[in-house]
Amino acid sequence: MPANFIPPGVDYIRILPEIILTVIATLVMLLETITSEKNKNALGHLSVAGLIGALIAAVAADHVRGPAFSGLLIIDGFATFFRVLVIAVVILAILSSYQYLNRERANSGEYYALILFSVVGQCVMATSNELIMVFIGLEASSIATYVLAGYLRDDRRNNEASIKYFLLGSLATAFLLYGIAWIYGATGSTTIPGIRAALTNPAVAPNGILVGIAAALMFVGFAFKVSAAPFQIWAPDVYQGAPAPVTLFMSVGPKAAAFAIFLRVFMTAFGPVSNRWEPFVWASALLTMIIGNFGALSQPNIKRLLGYSAIAHAGYIMVAIAARSEIGIAAAMFYLAAYALMNIGAFAVVTHFARQGEKYVNVGDLAGLAWKQPLTAGLFSIFLVSLIGVPLTAGFFGKFYIFRAALDANLIWLTILGLLNSAVAAFYYLRILVVMYMREPSAATESIEPLSAGVKTTLWACALGTLVLGIFPSVLLDFVNRSSGLLR
Amino acid sequence: MNLLNAVLFLPLIGFILTLFIPKERTGAVRVLALVISLLTFIASLGLIAPFWFRSPGAYVFETNLSWIDNPAIRYHVALDGLSLWLIILTTLLTPVCVLISWRGIDRRVKEFFAFLLLLEFGLIGVFCSFDLFLFYVFWEISLVPMYFLIGIWGHERRIYAAVKFFLFTMTGSVLMLAAMIYLYTRAGTFDYTTIISMLQTGRLSFSGAEQLPLFLAFFLAFAIKVPIFPLHTWLPDAHGEAPTAGSIMLASVMLKMGCYGLLRFCVPLFPTAAHECASWISVLAIIGIIYGALVAMVQPNMKRLVAYSSVSHLGFVVLGIFSFTQVGVDGAVYQMLNHGISTGALFLLVGLLYERRHSLEISAYGGVSTPAPWLAAAFMITMLASIGLPSLNNFIGEYLVLQGAALVHFSWAVWAAIGVILSACYMLWFYQRMFFGKATDDLKHHMFDLKPREYFAIVPLIVLMVWMGTFTQSFMPPIDATNARLLQQSVNGVEVHVKKEVKKAVLVASKESGDAR
Repeated sequence: MPANFIPPGVDYIRILPEIILTVIATLVMLLETITSEKNKNALGHLSVAGLIGALIAAVAADHVRGPAFSGLLIIDGFATFFRVLVIAVVILAILSSYQYLNRERANSGEYYALILFSVVGQCVMATSNELIMVFIGLEASSIATYVLAGYLRDDRRNNEASIKYFLLGSLATAFLLYGIAWIYGATGSTTIPGIRAALTNPAVAPNGILVGIAAALMFVGFAFKVSAAPFQIWAPDVYQGAPAPVTLFMSVGPKAAAFAIFLRVFMTAFGPVSNRWEPFVWASALLTMIIGNFGALSQPNIKRLLGYSAIAHAGYIMVAIAARSEIGIAAAMFYLAAYALMNIGAFAVVTHFARQGEKYVNVGDLAGLAWKQPLTAGLFSIFLVSLIGVPLTAGFFGKFYIFRAALDANLIWLTILGLLNSAVAAFYYLRILVVMYMREPSAATESIEPLSAGVKTTLWACALGTLVLGIFPSVLLDFVNRSSGLLR
Repeated sequence: MNLLNAVLFLPLIGFILTLFIPKERTGAVRVLALVISLLTFIASLGLIAPFWFRSPGAYVFETNLSWIDNPAIRYHVALDGLSLWLIILTTLLTPVCVLISWRGIDRRVKEFFAFLLLLEFGLIGVFCSFDLFLFYVFWEISLVPMYFLIGIWGHERRIYAAVKFFLFTMTGSVLMLAAMIYLYTRAGTFDYTTIISMLQTGRLSFSGAEQLPLFLAFFLAFAIKVPIFPLHTWLPDAHGEAPTAGSIMLASVMLKMGCYGLLRFCVPLFPTAAHECASWISVLAIIGIIYGALVAMVQPNMKRLVAYSSVSHLGFVVLGIFSFTQVGVDGAVYQMLNHGISTGALFLLVGLLYERRHSLEISAYGGVSTPAPWLAAAFMITMLASIGLPSLNNFIGEYLVLQGAALVHFSWAVWAAIGVILSACYMLWFYQRMFFGKATDDLKHHMFDLKPREYFAIVPLIVLMVWMGTFTQSFMPPIDATNARLLQQSVNGVEVHVKKEVKKAVLVASKESGDAR
C-alpha cells in the first residue's frame, strides 16, 4: 500500500493536546534537576499551565474533526469530550496535591511528569480508532499510574498498592493484547471501523467463536481497568494504599479513559454482535453494583469506602453500556462527568483531612467536622448527596439518564435492582454525613489545618460543577447527545 | 412571576440569606426566619383569592416553562383545591415552628433555621408540582433538611431515627422513580396534566399487567410516607426523636405528602389497579386505625403516643381515599388538614412541656394543670379535637370518611369507628395522667404557664380547630370540586367494569355531599 508517510499538517493540530502535554512533561523532568527543594510547586504550576494549554488545544481540535494519521486516531465529539474530561481531572488532581506533597516532603518533578505522561496516555485512549493505539494509550496511562500508586516509596502501604496494581494490571493488559491478536486473526483488521465492517459483511463472515473469544478477552482487559466485577478485586486495596491525591486521580482519570475505549470498541467494533455480549455486560453491571454497594457498607476506612463506592458507580455506567443505544452512550458520558466532579471533590476532602502519614483516614475521624470547618463539611455534603443521587445534583441526573436509557432498552429488572442498589448506597454515604454533623468534634477535627488554596479551588470548582450539572444538565447533555451518535 | 412562584421561592431566598449571616448572630437568624416565614404565609393567603368567587376546580396560578429539553422536563407549577390548603397548612406551620424553636434551639441556631426554610421550600414544591419529575425533585429535596433536623437537634436516639427515616423514604422513592421513567418512555412526557388528558382520550393506556406494577411502585413510595400499617415502623422513631419543630413538620405536613400523592397520582393515573387493590388497602388502613390506637394506649413516651395516634388518624385518610366516594374523599382531604392542625398542636404542646420539664416520659408529669392552667386548657381543646369531638375539626373529617366507607362496605365503617372510640380512651387517659392529680414539688419547680410567644404559636391553631369544626363551608368547596374531578378521571379510566353498587354509591354520595352543603 503506497502509504503517505508525511501526514497533513492538520493532523498535528488534531493531536496538539498530546504534543503539548508530552513537551511539558519532558520539560518538567529536565527542570526538576535545577529547581531547589523549596520551588517544587513551580513545576506543578508549569504543569497546570501546560494542561490548560492542552485543554484549549483539545477544544480547538474539535473544530477540525476527522481521522488523523491514516485513521489510527480520530477526533470527534466523543474523543473531545473524554480528552477535555481527563485533562480537567488532572488539573484538579494537581491543585489538590500541593499541600499533601509538601506535607509528606515528597514534592518533586517526577510526580508531575508521571501524571502528565499518564494523561497523555488517556488522551490517546480517548482518540484512538485502532486497537494498537488503544493498547499504547492504555499502557502509557497504566504504567505511569502504577508508579504513582507507589509514589511515597518509603511507605509500605504505597508499595503494596503499587505492586498489586502492577501485577494484576499487567495481567489484564496481556488479556487485552491477546484479544487484539484474536480479533486480528478473525477479521484481518485492527482498526475499529475495519472490524465493524468485517463483522457486518456477509462475504467475510468471521468465525463466531473466534470473535467471541476475542471479545471476551478484551472484555477482561477493559473490565479490569474500569473495576467492573468480577475483575474489581484490586480496586479497594489499591485505592486505600495509594497516596490520597493519587487515588483521587486514579479513581477518575484512567477509569474515564478506559470507559471511553470500552464504549468505542464494544459499541462500534463489536456493535454488530451486541446482542451476544449484552447478557455478560448485564450480569457484570448487576454484580458490580452489588459488590460495590454492599462492600462499602461497613468500611471504616474512608479511602476504602470510596474505593468500593467507585466500583458501584462503575456498575451504574455498565448499566448504560448494557442498554446498547445512543442515549445509553450519552448517559454514560454524562455520568462519567458527574462522577468525576463528585468523586474528585470527595477525595480532595480526604486529601485535605488526612494529615501527615495519612493519620486520619477513618470515617470516625471526621466527627464534628461541620462545626470546625463548616465550609469543608458543607461542600463535602454536596458531593455526598450527589453520590447518593439526590435531585438538583449531578449524580441524580446521571443516574436518571442511565436508568432511563436502561428502561428504553427494556432492561426493567436491571433498572429496579440498580435503583434499589442506590438506596443501599445511601446508607454508607449517610454514615459520613452523620459523623460530620451529628457527632461531637474528635481529636482529628480539633487539630485540623486551614484549607489550602489549591484544595479550596478544587472543592469549589467541583461543587459548582455538581450543582450546575444538577440544575441545568442541558449545558452538557446537549453536547453528549450530539456526540454519542458519532460513534458508529 | 405569579404569586405561587413567590410563595414557593421566598423560603429558598430565606434559606440562602440565612447562610450569609455570621453564625454568632443568632438573634438576626431567628428574626430573619420569622420574617420570611410570615411573609410567605401572608403571600400564601393571597392564593385563596381565585377560589373565593369563581367556581373552583380548574388550575390557577399556572406556570409552565421548559426546564430541560431532552428528556422533556418542565417547570410546571399550578394550584387547585387540593394543593391550596396543603400549601397554606405548610406556610402556616412554618412560622409556628420558628416561634416554638425560638428558645428551644440554642445550639447551631443558624443551621436549624436554614434547614427549616429549606424544608418549607421542598414541601410547598411537592404540593404544587404538576410535572412528575419536578414532583420527584421536591419530594427528595424535602427529605434532606428533615434528615438533618432529626439527626442534629433530636433526642438521644436521633441518629438511628434519622437514618431509618431517610432509608425508608429513599427505598420507596427509587421505585417510584423507576415507575415515572417507565411512564415517560410510554407517554413521552412527564407532564401530569398532559398524561391525564392522554389517558382520558385513550391516546395512552396501560394494560393490566403494566398498571399493577406501576401502581404498586407509586403506592409503595406513598404508603411508606403516609404511613400505611406494615410500613409505619420508621414513624414512631422519627417523631419520637425529632425536635419539636421537626415533629410538627413531619406529622402535619410530610405525612400529607404521602396522602396527597395517593390521591393526586395513584388514583387518577392507574384507576384500574387502584380499584382492584382498594379493598386490600382499605383493610390495611383499618388495621392501622385500630393497631395505632392500641399501641398508642400503652406508650410511656408522650411523643411516641402522639406518633402512634397519627398512624391511627392517617388510616382514616387512606380509608377515605380508597372508598372512591365523593364524601369519603372529601373527608379524607379534610382529615389531612385536620390532622395537620390538631396533631401539629399536640406536638407543639408536648414540646412546650418538654422544654419545661425536660422529660418525655408521661410518668414524669402529673397535676400539670395546677401550675399551668392555660397550657392545660389549650391541651384540653387540642386533645378533644384529636379525639373527634363534634364542633371541633376532626369530627367532620372522620364523619365524612366513615360515611364514605359505609357506602362501600358497611362493616368497614364499623371497624373504623372502633378506632374513634379507642382514640377517646388513650387520649383521655393520657390527659388524666398528665394534667390531673397532685403536682409534685419537683414538677411545680419546673412548670410555668404559657408565655406570650407561645400564645402566638398555639392560639391560631386552636382558632382553626373551632373554625374548621363549625364553618366547614369556608374550606370545603375547592376541595370538593377538585375531588370531584379526580374521581371523575378515575372512574373514566377504569376499563373493567367496576361493581355497579360502587358507581351508584358515587352518585348517591356526591348528591349527599351536595345536600350537606
